Amino acid sequence: MTQDENKEGVGGMINPRRYGIERVAYWLMRLSGLGLLAYFIGHIYETSNILRGQVGWTELLEMTSTPFFHIILSIVIAMCVFHTVNGIRVMLGHGGIGVGKPSRPDYPYDPASQNYRHKIGIYSAIVLAAVAMMYGLAVLFGE
Amino acid sequence: MAQVSSVADKQTTSSKSITLRISRYNPEYDDASRFMEFNVSYEKWTTVLEAILEVKQYFDHSVAVRYSCRQATCGSCGMMINGKPRLACFTKISELDSNVVTVEPMSNFPIIRDLAVKFERLFDTHHKIKPYLIRDDTEIESDEKEFLQSPEEVEQYIQFANCIKCGLCNAACPTMATDSSFVGPQALAQAYRYVADSRDKGKDSRLKMIDESHGIWRCHFAGSCSQVCPKGVDPAMGIQLLRGYLLGFRS
Repeated sequence: MTQDENKEGVGGMINPRRYGIERVAYWLMRLSGLGLLAYFIGHIYETSNILRGQVGWTELLEMTSTPFFHIILSIVIAMCVFHTVNGIRVMLGHGGIGVGKPSRPDYPYDPASQNYRHKIGIYSAIVLAAVAMMYGLAVLFGE
Repeated sequence: MAQVSSVADKQTTSSKSITLRISRYNPEYDDASRFMEFNVSYEKWTTVLEAILEVKQYFDHSVAVRYSCRQATCGSCGMMINGKPRLACFTKISELDSNVVTVEPMSNFPIIRDLAVKFERLFDTHHKIKPYLIRDDTEIESDEKEFLQSPEEVEQYIQFANCIKCGLCNAACPTMATDSSFVGPQALAQAYRYVADSRDKGKDSRLKMIDESHGIWRCHFAGSCSQVCPKGVDPAMGIQLLRGYLLGFRS
């Protein structure tokens, strides 16, 4: 972005610190979306290795059965759960559901669209994602 | 380049002072913006605008800032104050809870000079959504009666009629940060203001106007616009309610 346009650019878009938990959710939604897209592409590559026959497939499974890949998978689980739960919240909001009703605003003008229902939805998505990730870690690393 | 100046000697009654960092940039001469620093004394009630005007009065009259009403009505003095879009006349220094106050021109608006930004695009998009009642008849032509509204019908849009076109919502919007063609939360909220007005008959044409790739679908409900609005307009709510019409959730 040029100085003349004075756009905040990608850095301003992804900065989650200035506008509360809603902006954090916005940032996490994008991050998890990109992460899931990367996983999807990697997953297609992984499963396409079955064309190399049983030996090739076994080699790839051995390569991915490492602690590093287990951690990656656990993060994928967290991203999947967060993206799903928060996605439902956002889709309902996009339909005008749960965003409050128009009314005469009173100082200090707390926005009705940023109400407790949406905050609960965001925190629920984060907590559920953390729980799912811990469950994933327990399954992948457990004996 | 940083310049440190002080008006503490002139303001002997003040007990506190802050460092006011003002972004300086002239597109005609400068390649990049720079900050100038001033020590400014303040009272509990001193606003950021008053501090800037004090700098202009005592140190550097060339600091460019737009302001008018000083009471959050005209929407002229929007700027980034400590990284967030706020009205300078509506933001008290004591509320910021910081010894350093940094003021910059509003993000996502082209800079004229220093803290003054161009509003042409905001006014263009505002005008684009037809910010007036659309009807085949008028109150003047009709000899029957005026266009009556119930209090409940007024409640549907009066919140959005509070918009002062200050542009803070557009400065906070994450989509505006990267998409130069996005209509923006200000215009979209105003589109809802007229769509929700029981006297208006232009709903279909307005919905058609915003139903495009850089229109309402680029809003991702981050809600930052509503958090910075100094008049309680809540553009995020208006946009989602407006989208409810397009998605068939509302009629």
